[in-house]
Amino acid sequence: MPWGEFKDTAAERRLFQRRVTVMLVVVFLLLSVLVARMYQLQIVEHDIYTTLSDKNRVQVQSVPPPRGLVYDRNQVLLAENRPVFSVTVVPERVGDTGAALEQLVSILDISDEDLERFQRRLREPRRPFQEIPLRYDLTEDEIARLAVHRHELPGVEVEAELVRYYPHSELTAHALGFVGRINRDELQRIDPVNYAGTNYIGKSGVERFYEALLHGKVGYQHVETNARGRTLRVLERENPVPGEDLKLHLDLRLQARAHELLDGRRGAIVAIEPATGGILALASVPGFDANQFVTGISVADYRELSESKDKPLFNRALRGQYPPGSTLKPMLAIAALDSGAVTRDHTIWDPGHFQINSAGRRWRDWKRGGHGWVDLTYAMAQSCDVYFYEAAIEMGVDTMVDYLARFGFGEDATLDVSGALSGILPSPDWKRGTRNEPWYPGDTVNLGIGQGFMLSTPLQLATATALIANRGEWVEPRLLKDIQGDRSADEFLPSETHEPLQLKNPSDWEFIADSMAEVMHGVRGTARAAGRGAPYRMAGKTGTAQVFSLAEDEEYDAEEVRERLRDHALFVGFAPVKNPQIAVAVIVENGGGGSSTAAPVARALFDAWILEFSAAAGSLISKTDSQSETP
Amino acid sequence: MAPREVFSSTASNPLGRPKGLWSALHLDPILLFLLIALISSGLFVLYSGADRNLDVVKAQGVRFVIAFVVMLVFAQLDPSVFRRWAPWLYILGLAGLVAVLFMGVGAKGAQRWLALPGLPRFQPSELMKLVVPIMAAWYLSRHFLPPRLSRIGVGLVIVLLPMLLIVRQPDLGTSLLVGMAGLFVVFFAGMSWKLIGAFLAMVSVAAPVMWFFGMRDYQKQRVLTLLDPQSDPLGAGWNIIQSKTAIGSGGFDGKGWLQGTQSHLEFLPESHTDFIVAVLAEEFGFVGILLLLSVYFLIILRCLFISVTAQDSFSRLVAGALTMTFFIYVFVNVGMVSGLLPVVGVPLPLVSYGGTSTVTLMAAFGILMSIHTHRRMISA
Repeated sequence: MPWGEFKDTAAERRLFQRRVTVMLVVVFLLLSVLVARMYQLQIVEHDIYTTLSDKNRVQVQSVPPPRGLVYDRNQVLLAENRPVFSVTVVPERVGDTGAALEQLVSILDISDEDLERFQRRLREPRRPFQEIPLRYDLTEDEIARLAVHRHELPGVEVEAELVRYYPHSELTAHALGFVGRINRDELQRIDPVNYAGTNYIGKSGVERFYEALLHGKVGYQHVETNARGRTLRVLERENPVPGEDLKLHLDLRLQARAHELLDGRRGAIVAIEPATGGILALASVPGFDANQFVTGISVADYRELSESKDKPLFNRALRGQYPPGSTLKPMLAIAALDSGAVTRDHTIWDPGHFQINSAGRRWRDWKRGGHGWVDLTYAMAQSCDVYFYEAAIEMGVDTMVDYLARFGFGEDATLDVSGALSGILPSPDWKRGTRNEPWYPGDTVNLGIGQGFMLSTPLQLATATALIANRGEWVEPRLLKDIQGDRSADEFLPSETHEPLQLKNPSDWEFIADSMAEVMHGVRGTARAAGRGAPYRMAGKTGTAQVFSLAEDEEYDAEEVRERLRDHALFVGFAPVKNPQIAVAVIVENGGGGSSTAAPVARALFDAWILEFSAAAGSLISKTDSQSETP
Repeated sequence: MAPREVFSSTASNPLGRPKGLWSALHLDPILLFLLIALISSGLFVLYSGADRNLDVVKAQGVRFVIAFVVMLVFAQLDPSVFRRWAPWLYILGLAGLVAVLFMGVGAKGAQRWLALPGLPRFQPSELMKLVVPIMAAWYLSRHFLPPRLSRIGVGLVIVLLPMLLIVRQPDLGTSLLVGMAGLFVVFFAGMSWKLIGAFLAMVSVAAPVMWFFGMRDYQKQRVLTLLDPQSDPLGAGWNIIQSKTAIGSGGFDGKGWLQGTQSHLEFLPESHTDFIVAVLAEEFGFVGILLLLSVYFLIILRCLFISVTAQDSFSRLVAGALTMTFFIYVFVNVGMVSGLLPVVGVPLPLVSYGGTSTVTLMAAFGILMSIHTHRRMISA
């Protein structure tokens, strides 16, 4: 061992002590740096990091309010909310969305359509960290399978969501409308705060009109989440305010009856309670199942519905614009009487045709040989065209249009029926404006029997008929009867705008009502077959509207062409004649004659409402209402 | 066996004298008390950092028992034993490091473990943390101090050789720690300030060269991330942002034990290993950090005192270097977790979960106790 060298141990010790002193200073300084750093983070910048930490762990989640329910007048549920389990994906949390989808496809039964829809939603504008549904209506089995793999799939969650469900959808689709996913346009329109947790919005009908009322107010909860975004606990919660439950005037029994009566045909029925304006039935046949539209209908199903020749998606009751034909005659009779164009006893000779001047065009009466001597009551009962041709010329177009407008033609007179069309009330101005043609006297003649340019919807016809039933008292048609709870329906219904139609001689109302009763009960009444044997008196008017043409490219077999070229059968009426409880408009497309096809339908509805359902409490109340309100 | 320096004066500090039972066990009660205080409070933090997983705490407890046994064994050995074994241990260590390069096992693209048949798996690089300072101290203390330039050169080679081998694994963190341990020996031996200045200048030149030729991409990334954690907030910057958030949100007195949201909600990564100090800072606040750093400071003070009172140069150099290595652990770990230093895999000594470093550290404290207590027997 080379220990031979001289070692100055004391000097070495002193050297070491000096070096240790240096190191001690270094240690002290470096520890001070650490303390200073901690002081900076924990004391000086404490607030910043507290905010960061809270932002990390606390997330504000919106709690969507449960959508209000919809009942019919007898408290039968028409629209409810059903829990549906769906698998959702938050792309921001998933990372590799493609890989996650691949794995999900191997676990669950996900169709190409689901994937396609998912990709579409992925491209659409949306809120960050908003989950995108991938598949709805998971089965228990699928939920279990997904639970096993959940830890491998961050950002993939099973969510229970309340989804709109219409238990009687085939019957109510056209009357209620339906909800669907919020689309791009609606996203621009809605209040982003209140809809923060909502995925659905009313697309049509009551669901659309009363969207604000049904939706309710969003709630919030502060939740603590871990780094992978999983919610651990709720820290604070502000409950949502549920949407209001609505009660409609609609009577599901009558609605169902209307559908039964039109079964196998195409057509529409609108029934109104004259006293309240409440729409008792609003049927458009064929209907469809609106539930398919709620979560998103498949392309194939949608194509089938939209391309069907029967047009099930078309709401004939609100949007079907038909020539009213002879069903316009009661309103025209009022106009003729009140304007003085005719008197109750005014009689004409009907040779079977009408000419403005002897050399001119002949307008035919529906009855080849003519009706002979005809007064107003007879003209109504037999639907004599010539009488009304003459009355029309006597009144002139302006007078007719004035009166028809008072009946609600040419406008959407409803309070809360979303999507109702206004038809066409032709006038010289209208003709010049839309067709750039002058108004010919012949146009006036055509209007005299509800033909020509005039178009109206079944809802408009029912509205005008209800005005007669009310003897000129305007009660705008409406769907909303009541709001469950403290609030009144009047708060939310738009204000009524129509002035009552006051006749110079108010007894003319009774006269016309009686003449309409002649249609049903008179020996020559066109609908006497439908009116036979009733324990109450009813008023009505049949009509037939010509089908003009088919589009040239439509292909039908010969049988079907014949069927589709037949006239539309129409009927309007109310019952009983005194204190009417129901006013209806019926249209059966290509049904042939109004008296043979449409009138029996109306009779069945009258019977159902007045005789069959009257035992129900709801009808009794409405009966007393009508007694107190009608003169 | 008897050291030459029998005449050194040690009676000047009665505090440094373990008596009776302590003397028989070759333990220093003050250091032992401080270590136990650190370890036991560390276990509470570990319980929280491991998200109330008692198994983790138990496993770490078992490691501490093993480490205590190792410390006890090392404390019984006379310092001269380490000195005599130094060259052989060094050669053995180098052989191990070479073997690791050819037949090592490991994960994440680094080979650090040696699995020899019949022996438990171990990291030769971990062993070198002790062997390199002992070897350097052995070499330098054979001659008078301060050493001549040529001896310093040899000393640096002794340090650099294992460093290079460890860098090849690659394990930059351990390599630097081993290097630091060796360099502290050279420093304590009395390397002149001029040379130190020249050496530091050399390092500052070498650093850019290292950057372009020596460092792997992930290592560069760590440095870049340190400079601007926000540049990659979900990737490499995540750890730093989350640990700073944990520390900062702890405030003056913390959120309370087991109440740290950053760690318990899994925002903080490595919350029971390298980043455990962030858990402590979050739950016990600035007060907790001050207490922790105070305990470390007291341990370092005691160890430096042991170094100063050691009886021969070899013991002094070894004790001083091991003490400073321990301090470097603390500084690098707390510095990296608080965002002052790049993220290198250095655990918080005696608190972080993990076996190897715990055993090495306790062995080092065993050596320190040996140095302190064996001196006593001779002078008494």
